[in-house]
Amino acid sequence: MTDHENDLLDVAPGEPHSNILSESIAYVIGLGLAVILTGVSFWVASTASLWGPGVAVGLVVLAIAQMGVHLVFFLHVTSGPDNTNNVLALAFGVLIVFLVMVGTIWIMAHMNANMAPMPEMTNLQIQRG
Amino acid sequence: MSTVNEAPAVGLTHHGSEDTGLGNRGPQSKSIVVPYGFWLFVLSDMVLFSALFATYASLVHATDGGPAGHQLFHRSLVAVETGALLASSFVCGLAVIAAKQKNMLWTQVLLFATGLLGFVFLAIEIYEFRSMIAEGAPPQRSAFLSSFFTLVGCHGAHVTAGLLWLGTMMAQIWTKGFQPHVGRRLLCFSIFWHALDIIWVAIFTIVYLIGTLP
Repeated sequence: MTDHENDLLDVAPGEPHSNILSESIAYVIGLGLAVILTGVSFWVASTASLWGPGVAVGLVVLAIAQMGVHLVFFLHVTSGPDNTNNVLALAFGVLIVFLVMVGTIWIMAHMNANMAPMPEMTNLQIQRG
Repeated sequence: MSTVNEAPAVGLTHHGSEDTGLGNRGPQSKSIVVPYGFWLFVLSDMVLFSALFATYASLVHATDGGPAGHQLFHRSLVAVETGALLASSFVCGLAVIAAKQKNMLWTQVLLFATGLLGFVFLAIEIYEFRSMIAEGAPPQRSAFLSSFFTLVGCHGAHVTAGLLWLGTMMAQIWTKGFQPHVGRRLLCFSIFWHALDIIWVAIFTIVYLIGTLP
């Protein structure tokens, strides 16, 4: 198989591609960005100088950014045409993860609110006995 | 979906070919199909974790009068865990590059470092679990603690399985050399290991940082 044909085919997820030097540099850049984002997360959670109610939202945004860094620099998921299948599978996975998490939190919070007037019933948020 | 001139085709179709599946050139090579299949498994694993995250989020306040997260978690320990797992993921990527260059010494050294850092992570997690149980916060204490141990313990079980897999890969590379099928297994392992680090990002943010906000 020639290099030209190789360019047209898909790449596997996680497969380092292009030449060796830039492969290593991609990992170093990814590590640097991940360390910065992690450090900022821990700082945001510890400092008192930020507006309290916004901290949790900021932490979630930082976590999503760091997941993106891991996907691009460590798992080499890109927007290139050779990555179409990998990105489509990822998009479907993200959709299901989103539906499961948001759907569960939404429904359970509403159920709990509606259960509140009955203290004898099994209440998830209070959970006596 | 697949028309004749559509360039980056979906599924097993090929660039510029007129077939819609197993046509002129046949399916993709194993070096593509095997990691792609494993990628699908990893994504389904993330769906499993999303259910555990949703359970945790629903039960995080159900402490039944017992200890809550901010009384139990130590951020400094979590910071060390996070650093160890991130470094492990980075070194794992370098090991895959070394294996691609067929450099036996560096591949083994880097894989060993990957395992060592993973072991540091796991040792801290086991220490944390043991001290929580000793402090009167075992999984059966409250719904919050049940969901906490299930979520974080499931990640720890994945790391444990990954360490066993890593040892197997080191032995296989040592005895079989850099054969294509061994390389595919190593690539699958690296996908698994990077994915565990992605899940850990969600855990340390949602469980440990947001859980201990003042």
